[in-house]
This record gives sequence, structure tokens and C-alpha cells, in this order.
Amino acid sequence: MATDIIIHDKKDNVGVVVIEKITPKQDCACWIMEDDSSTNIQSLDEIPLGHKIAMVDLNEGDTILKYGHDIGKVVKSIKKGEHVHVHNVKTKKW
Amino acid sequence: MFMFTMLKQRNGSFMEIPKSFLGYKRENGRAGTRNHVIILPVDDISNACAEAVANNIKGTIALPHSYGRLQFGADLELHFRTMIGTGCNPNVAAVIVIGIEPKWTKKIVDGIAKTGKPVEGFHIERTGDIGTTMKASKKAQEFVMWASEKQREECPMSDLWISVKCGESDTTSGLAANPTVGNLMDKLEPLGVHLCFGETSELTGAEQVCATRGATKEASEKFMKTWSSYNDFILKEATDDLSESQPTAGNIAGGLTTIEEKAFGNFQKIGNCKFIDVLEPAEEPTKGKGLYFMDTSSAAAECVTLQAAAGFNIHLFPTGQGNIVGNPIEPVVKLTANPLTVKGMGEHIDCDVSKILSREMNLSQAGDELIKTTLRVANGRLTCAEALGHREFVMTKLYRSA
Repeated sequence: MATDIIIHDKKDNVGVVVIEKITPKQDCACWIMEDDSSTNIQSLDEIPLGHKIAMVDLNEGDTILKYGHDIGKVVKSIKKGEHVHVHNVKTKKW
Repeated sequence: MFMFTMLKQRNGSFMEIPKSFLGYKRENGRAGTRNHVIILPVDDISNACAEAVANNIKGTIALPHSYGRLQFGADLELHFRTMIGTGCNPNVAAVIVIGIEPKWTKKIVDGIAKTGKPVEGFHIERTGDIGTTMKASKKAQEFVMWASEKQREECPMSDLWISVKCGESDTTSGLAANPTVGNLMDKLEPLGVHLCFGETSELTGAEQVCATRGATKEASEKFMKTWSSYNDFILKEATDDLSESQPTAGNIAGGLTTIEEKAFGNFQKIGNCKFIDVLEPAEEPTKGKGLYFMDTSSAAAECVTLQAAAGFNIHLFPTGQGNIVGNPIEPVVKLTANPLTVKGMGEHIDCDVSKILSREMNLSQAGDELIKTTLRVANGRLTCAEALGHREFVMTKLYRSA
């Protein structure tokens, strides 16, 4: 089955789009690398290849997990299925 | 329906990993994947003469750069270490060194001579560019004709010293291209190869996890000391939000949001290996086979130049958006998992692992493909960067000159 989104780790709250783009309201097939399991999500935004989608609702101050690790904080609340990037997530380093 | 089974080897690979490659055996016991005769300028003002010699004598290459005057302390030591290390690299058969004055020229010649390879120095003062070009050209002709008779011989895989660095990364790097390099490391480390990763700044966010991958307590502590000293420097010099520089605009276009995300992607390159020591920039490893961390800049050309100067003879470079870097003496093998990069700029990509994303290829198969490509290049196949003339030789400068 075609995979639209890859998630590194079961703990992750974001996935990565691996097709040229996904469109709003698209039902996407997700593959979780860590345990070779599958899940589904409906997108809310258009998201290009390589960009991230929120797998759950996220509030300001929440931590983004990818590779099972902390990769930054939410600075503007994000709904499940929305595009996650520099407009709503910032580094905790500087 | 046609069915086939791929037999998995004990190491997780789907193929028998070759035990040898064809390299050039050098006087000091090392082996090269290339057979260059280089014209090495000691300083910026000797570039013109070095380039004139390389223009006269076909088959030689000049390595022009921007520094070498009025440097002092650790910065000067790094300059000499990079110059001498570049000449000592086993991909280099013989060296002509050209400097403005005799003292520093001789220091570099003497350093390279310890390998036993042919090396001769020339200085420009009292003779001028034209006279020096003539004298150095005569010697360069002798060297290149001598080197041209060298033959490739069978060398054990342990003669491969493989350095890695990623560039223009995006999320496909962390998903697939970098783990492919990690898979290769896991399969080749048991064969006794030397391995090296660097990029101190681009481990920021993953530094604690990286530290746990030291093979010994000493190695872990040395890593944290190196990273902290870098981070202190950043905090001291930073006048604005570093989010403007890290991740880069190219990284952000590719979907990377923060330095932490970039760092965890970067870190996938070492697979499950543990590093046995931490090297200074351009420092030759001395603890035998295995993985080393080198304190390097994360700028591609600077990093590869330092790794080549430490003696690494083949480089693996995973990219996302398409970094096109090459090096004059160490072949740079590029791989990408981004299908748009393969489509738009395929002439820069030696190994396409984009099928990992569509799940038509698994990581172990991708690792096998990369091993095959690496060995073809080690045996003499030109890399894309070599064929396209990429010879980025960039010295690292630590601080202002005196």
C-alpha cells in the first residue's frame, strides 16, 4: 500500500509527508518505522514533501517529539492534521 | 506469480560484502583510492605560481586557498596540520609545495616527507613567480610521470578510511539518506575500516544523546567538552537569533523546523556505532580502526577538507535539497532520498535511495546499494562531483591573524 506519511517513532506527535504533497481533507496512510505499524490521518492543510503534519492536537508550550526526542516547542496551537513548521514551532536552544 | 527470496547474510545485508578493493599502495602502508600529484601553496600569495605549475604540467592539480600569512597559535597549528595532512593523504602520490619564503615551506615539506612519498618544496622570494614556476614545473613533470605508472592493487577493506558529512539536509535526510550511511557503517565497521563524523554545531540539540555513544567514559567526556566549548563560543558571539542561520533557508524549505530536528537527523549517519575518540580538526586518528568524532565546522567544504587532511580516503555525503560539494583529493560520494532532488539535479547524485520513501526499498537494501557505489568509486569510478570539476579546498580559520 502506498505510504503518504512516515513517522519515526511511536512516541512522535508529528509525521513527515513523503509524497509530492498532500491536500486538505486527504485521507493519508501513515507508516510508523519503529514497529512497522500503520495508522491513518486526515489532513487539514496542503503540506509539501518533507514537511511535517501534526498527528494530535497540540497546545502552546507543548513539546514536539520526532525520532522519539524533543525537537522544539509549540508557539501557536496546532490542530491534528495541520502543517507543523517554523510558523508554529520554535527551537528550545536559542 | 514469480517469487524470489533474498538470502540475508549474518550481518543483515542482502549481499556478500566484498573483502577488498583496488587501491594504490603507498610507502607508509596506507592505500589510496586516487593517485593525485598535487601542487600545494603554503599561503594565499603563492596560489598564482601553484596554478601556473598545474597549468604547465598536465595531470597535476593545484590546491589554491585563502590563508597562510600572519596566523599564530592554535590557528597556525591548524594551518600546518591541514597542509601537511593533505599532502600525507594516501590519495596523493606526490607533492610540490610552493611558499613565499623557505621556512614554512620546509616545515610542510618535512611533515609530508615522513610518509616516504616524493615531495619537494620551492620558495618564491629572490626568484619570482616565473623562475619558481619553471623549477617547480620540471619537478612536477618528473613526479606526475612517475606516478602515472602506479597500478591499482588489491587492498583489504580495512584500508578504507571513510568520512561522512551531510549537507542541504531536509527531512528526507533524517528519514532515509542519513540512516543509509548509518547502515553502511554498521556493516563495514566489523571489517576494520576507519570512520569519521563531525559537524559539532549541527549536533546541537542531540548532544546529550550523542555523548552516550562514546565507546568509553573518556570519549564521551571529551565529546561534551568539545561541544560545550563550541556552544560557549556561539553564545558569546551571538548578536541575533541563531534561528536565522540554523537551520538554513534550504533546510527550512525542505521541512526542517529547528536545529534539534536537524541534529537528530544528522546523528542517524553513525548507525549503531560508538565513537572511540574525539579528534581535533584535521587530526589523524591514532587509536586504530573504528568510528571517530572530529570537531569540525558544519560548512561542507571546510568539513571535508579537514577530514581529508586527517587521512580519510573516501567520503560519503548524504543530501536532501542537493548540496553539490566536492574535494580535490578525497572523492565525495553523494546520496539522496529526495525524489525531487534526483529528478531536478540527478547529475550530482551518485546513489539514489529515494525508493526508501515509497517503501520499495528497505534500509538494508539501501545500505547495500551505498556499499556497492562506494566500492566502485574506491576502485576508480569518478564521482559526480569529480566529473563536474568540484574541487572545493577550504581551510578552516579559527580567529583573526596577528
